[in-house]
Amino acid sequence: MKFLTTNFVRCAVKSCAASSDSFPLVFSECQLVQQEQDFDAEFLTSMLDRLDWPALIKVAADLGNNSIPQVKPENIDPEDPESERILRDLHSLLLETQITEGKMICNHCQHVYYIKNSVANFLLPPHLAN
Amino acid sequence: MSRPEQLAPPEFFYNDTESFKYTSSSRVQHIQAKMTLRALEILNLEAGKRHFVLDVGCGSGLSGEILSQEGHEWIGMDISPSMLAIGLDREADGDLFLSDMGDGIPFRAGVFDAAISISAIQWLCNADRADVEPKLRLKRFFDTLYSSLKKGGKCVFQFYPSNENQIEQITSSAKLAGFQCGLVVDDPESKKNKKHYLVLQNGTGRALNLAN
Ligand SMILES: [Zn+2]
Repeated sequence: MKFLTTNFVRCAVKSCAASSDSFPLVFSECQLVQQEQDFDAEFLTSMLDRLDWPALIKVAADLGNNSIPQVKPENIDPEDPESERILRDLHSLLLETQITEGKMICNHCQHVYYIKNSVANFLLPPHLAN
Repeated sequence: MSRPEQLAPPEFFYNDTESFKYTSSSRVQHIQAKMTLRALEILNLEAGKRHFVLDVGCGSGLSGEILSQEGHEWIGMDISPSMLAIGLDREADGDLFLSDMGDGIPFRAGVFDAAISISAIQWLCNADRADVEPKLRLKRFFDTLYSSLKKGGKCVFQFYPSNENQIEQITSSAKLAGFQCGLVVDDPESKKNKKHYLVLQNGTGRALNLAN
């Protein structure tokens, strides 16, 4: 699972949707790999728009990275070298950093979702199914 | 041949043997590829731009492979572990989720540019167990799908309705969730080749254009 996805996925339990505790999920015991991906500045810029930055900082910290800037980069212009450096850093974090094994826990219902072999398991047990 | 959704729920039907048969049959692959390309044609995404797409019922990643070839980033969800395992073997570029579409789309609001689905959503109309209520599963699916799309985001879902009633069941549920809703039927006169594509758009003022 790409790091990007951690910023989008949330608890699948219906009654958790209204709670701000159900996003982001808490990541623990994760194994990471770096896998090279094609860089696309325009795509990253459009992803940057929809990122929840506080969630990104939090999940990065769960995974041991405490060096994310406190504020979401603004005024990104892919033509500008400084912007391109930021986008390349984001590319490496969001698309090239992948979680192969680990746990994701909902802070509201405490349900644990597992990542195994890079596949995230969001099947709900019958008592949590919607 | 009986339709797979009449034999057993998908996670049982697409066990290791069936998944392998399904994915390795070149006829199936050809039809899947054709329908995926047709779905993308109807979706009509801005050319030359990488989009973020959800693939509902991605199976072993046959449709995802085409999304990757077209340059898109995608996330696929499917209820069959055996299908996803084949997807892993085939080195799918998208993230794979083991998940039941009837439990909803587990993503927060406004993240996807678009969604596609090939031969999957008719499963939502099945009641495989006594405690399964298709109406509620359809509602949960379309409600969460609607919110996971960005404003104006479109979906094209090829599906195999077993009768007119299922078409009505599916489209009315999509409309209730807020979607603008249309149906494209290819080869309507052919019993064998007739294909249904449900076309949805996350509400905007613009009318849904089904010209192609
Ligand atoms: Zn929860």
